[in-house]
Amino acid sequence: MTLSRRALLGAAACSSLLPRRLFAAGPAKLRIGLLLPYSGTYAALGHNITDAMKLAATEHGGKLGGREVEWVAVDDESDPAKAPANVNKLIAGEKVDILTGPVHSGVAMAMMQIVRQEEVLTIVTNAGAQAVTGALCAPHVFRTSFSNWQTSYPCADVLLKAGQKKAVLMFWNYSFGQESMAAFKEGYAKGGGTIVKEIAVPFPSTEFQANLSEIASLKPDAVFVFFAGAGAAKFVKDYAAAGLKEKVPLYGSGFLTEGVLGAQGAAAEGIKTTLHYADGLDNAANKKFRAAFKKTTGRDADVYAVAGYDTVNVLAQALQKVKGDTGARKELIAALESTRIDSPRGPFRFSKAHNPIQDIYLRQVKGGQEAVLGVAMKDAEDPAAGCKMEK
Amino acid sequence: MRRQVLLLAAAVALAAVAFSGDRFWLQFLGKAMIGCILAIGLDLLVGFTGMVSLAHSAFFGLAAYALALLTNRLGLVSPLVTLPLCIAFAAAAALVIGWLSLRATGVYFIMVTLAFTQMLFFLFNDSPALGGSDGLYVQARPVNSRLAAYVVIWVALIAVYLLLSRVLRAPYGRVLEGIRGNEQRMRSLGYPTRRYKLVAFVIAGATAGVAGYLDATLYGFVNPAQLGWRQSGLILVTVLLGGKGTLYGPAFGALLLAFIEHYGEQVTEHWNALIAALVIAVVLFLPRGLAGLLHGNPRG
Amino acid sequence: MSLSLFLVQLVNGVEYGLLLFLVASGLTLVFGVLGVLNFAHGSFYMLGAYLAWWLSARTGSLLLGVLIGVPAMVLIGLVVERLAIARLYSRDHLSQVLLTYGLVLLFNELQSVLWGNDVHGVNTPAALSWTMRLGETQTWPAWRAFTSFACICIAIAMRQVVLKTRFGMRVRAGASNAEMVEALGIDVRRLFSTLFAAGTALAGLAGMLAAPLTTVYPGMGENVLILSFVVVVIGGIGSIKGAFFGALLVGLADTFGKVLLPGFASAMVYAVMAAILLWRPRGLLGAAAEGR
Repeated sequence: MTLSRRALLGAAACSSLLPRRLFAAGPAKLRIGLLLPYSGTYAALGHNITDAMKLAATEHGGKLGGREVEWVAVDDESDPAKAPANVNKLIAGEKVDILTGPVHSGVAMAMMQIVRQEEVLTIVTNAGAQAVTGALCAPHVFRTSFSNWQTSYPCADVLLKAGQKKAVLMFWNYSFGQESMAAFKEGYAKGGGTIVKEIAVPFPSTEFQANLSEIASLKPDAVFVFFAGAGAAKFVKDYAAAGLKEKVPLYGSGFLTEGVLGAQGAAAEGIKTTLHYADGLDNAANKKFRAAFKKTTGRDADVYAVAGYDTVNVLAQALQKVKGDTGARKELIAALESTRIDSPRGPFRFSKAHNPIQDIYLRQVKGGQEAVLGVAMKDAEDPAAGCKMEK
Repeated sequence: MRRQVLLLAAAVALAAVAFSGDRFWLQFLGKAMIGCILAIGLDLLVGFTGMVSLAHSAFFGLAAYALALLTNRLGLVSPLVTLPLCIAFAAAAALVIGWLSLRATGVYFIMVTLAFTQMLFFLFNDSPALGGSDGLYVQARPVNSRLAAYVVIWVALIAVYLLLSRVLRAPYGRVLEGIRGNEQRMRSLGYPTRRYKLVAFVIAGATAGVAGYLDATLYGFVNPAQLGWRQSGLILVTVLLGGKGTLYGPAFGALLLAFIEHYGEQVTEHWNALIAALVIAVVLFLPRGLAGLLHGNPRG
Repeated sequence: MSLSLFLVQLVNGVEYGLLLFLVASGLTLVFGVLGVLNFAHGSFYMLGAYLAWWLSARTGSLLLGVLIGVPAMVLIGLVVERLAIARLYSRDHLSQVLLTYGLVLLFNELQSVLWGNDVHGVNTPAALSWTMRLGETQTWPAWRAFTSFACICIAIAMRQVVLKTRFGMRVRAGASNAEMVEALGIDVRRLFSTLFAAGTALAGLAGMLAAPLTTVYPGMGENVLILSFVVVVIGGIGSIKGAFFGALLVGLADTFGKVLLPGFASAMVYAVMAAILLWRPRGLLGAAAEGR
């Protein structure tokens, strides 16, 4: 049973107006800020991440490091224009101890600007922009989801192993798509693959017919794409409807099918993707997590929920080591860096740049479900280009 | 008289916040005041001249990006240099877009302003060289401390308001109001109405530019999302809420919207519906907005 | 570009344009005759799509979904017109923009509350789930062909109604001079209600036809809304013929823009609109009276 967000927000709002000193009795509550979309296209992701975090907290008895958790959520609407104000609301207004989120990388960039300056402990629970643990890395910033590189680089090998040396790339032309393609090209070129054409689709346009016709005329060995959400659903359907599915194998990072398999139906059968998670992963942690998530929310867990779940578990372990003292910044960071947990995705630990080191799985859609074919890359570690972390 | 007292009280209250030094309120009200500047500039067009423009956010964004690019690429930081340049840039853009848009009238005018706004949005959104959809950081801000930024914004708001009031009280302002009432008649009286409208458009564009410059200074972050028609729509909402054609009304409308957005989320998850209901209610029942309440609210 | 690719892209562009026409036709009528700038038009498209998904999931048939959905959209249109739009007939553009903008926000919340935020697929009816060959590697799904065919039929039907029936005559009269129409004893209120409901139903139908192609997701009405406005303005407000040619132009510009000038593609449509308005300030075929 999920806690009423309204009740918690109301309590949070009231408590933010009172001076801190009043809470003298017992340890102060641990205020965790959630900068996530609760309306608009990405609302489903925001809700999944949030519910998974609350589930994990409940499993720890509602306390992390001996302190009761208080959630403070702000709907970022995935709007970068409002991001600085929203971040300000959480950090300066609500004075959260830990900031988590966001989904959209534009919002993440705005957030990074502020948290680096204010040195707020931040855990990125979705946005995969390279810069977060790359050029903009900081000791107090961690990421529990993925980096765009991790989800695309291993796929190059999959194509090469299948003898597909001539590929066409098609992607949404914004940072997520650009970074995914750059990572793929890096791996593909190493193995002697050549890119026949790069088709950049303006984001978030979903009119693909013109480009699909182009691909049909180019006749490559395979096509590697980046799309997510509703656009991915439409793309996969359009790809099949254009008759390309049987002729030219389609690959992508897992976002091509995550959360939209139902909408894609038969059109998605046989598509191979690489991702750091798959619904059908056969380990104890995943089975337990999926059952619990389904029980408390009635929905199926997905890769986004896993990041939320792991975030709270990581915090639990680290805060335990410092006995809940978020003021002991250096010790807390050291504790986080040395955290190791059994995540539903497999064993989880942080790299030096504070990005997860994780296995990337090769999945294939079979019978409307993601079947895990194997591990495409073990212990994938983001190159963290440009990261200079001063301790 | 009531209006004067209200304005003075608001100005003093906003100034007093500066002394509190509270991190949150300085940023929140700083942003709100930027919204006021935008609203005042748009009221000149919508309220006084009768031109509904969807390009207001475009000039806001252009000036913000101009600052980011001047600082990052050319290393220019001093406000004495960058502020005039950014305002001039926004005004020049307004001149070009205004001249082109004013060839159309009525609803077509609105659509042409929309077209240019969207084109500019896509220009910044689709160019990796200009930061793409992730936006750009302003590497070195003209004003560094939060408090200093707040004071600068406060001064700018007062200055813009006084300047525009002066302009509107002058004969030029009377002509604008005449155009709003009946453009045909003004033309038959010999006024080159299109030129007057163009000047109004440029002035509005320049004030939007001031707001954009201040926003980039306050947050050090620019993003194409600031340029879209949705942002223009929100500014129109503040003009309506406050009461168009009063100049000070929209400023209060902007403050009101800022507070509603902030507290609305704490009241209900469906705060968007709350704002929608408010907008609809104001359009139907309070057509003269907040300012109408002050003057007594006749119908229509 | 080879000839066969060119032809395929031509088909793509026309097909896209035809669907846009279906959405825009309702908008141009409402705009031209009622004089109302309706920003909620995209929401009707979205509602149609969601209804198609919801009804076809419940009844197992998209056809049944459309048969129930279209009358539902007519009803929705009548209700919205009576409650909200009717109050805007004498109001200025700003009020119209903002009231309908408020409606958009409300409809979005409604969609979120009623149907949730997930992405949903809609299956095409079995009878139309085959494909036809189009060049060497490419195929064309029957559903797309059917949709294009349906749009053409509706376009012809609209033309017949507008030109050949009494109702159509009143519509054209109302477009040029609503006051005169009223003075002649014709119930303008009923005319306006009917027209708005028709416009709503057209947008909803477009959403239903497009649902299997685009999938159903939050915010799907927004992009369509902006493009509809572009089409209406290019074609000339109030002109169905203009909307038809405007839609085809937009469809072709977008399609060929993507292939020939990919960096400039998104802005292409707006550039075309601006260019046309600068050449013909009232749109290609627009003759709407001043003051609208």
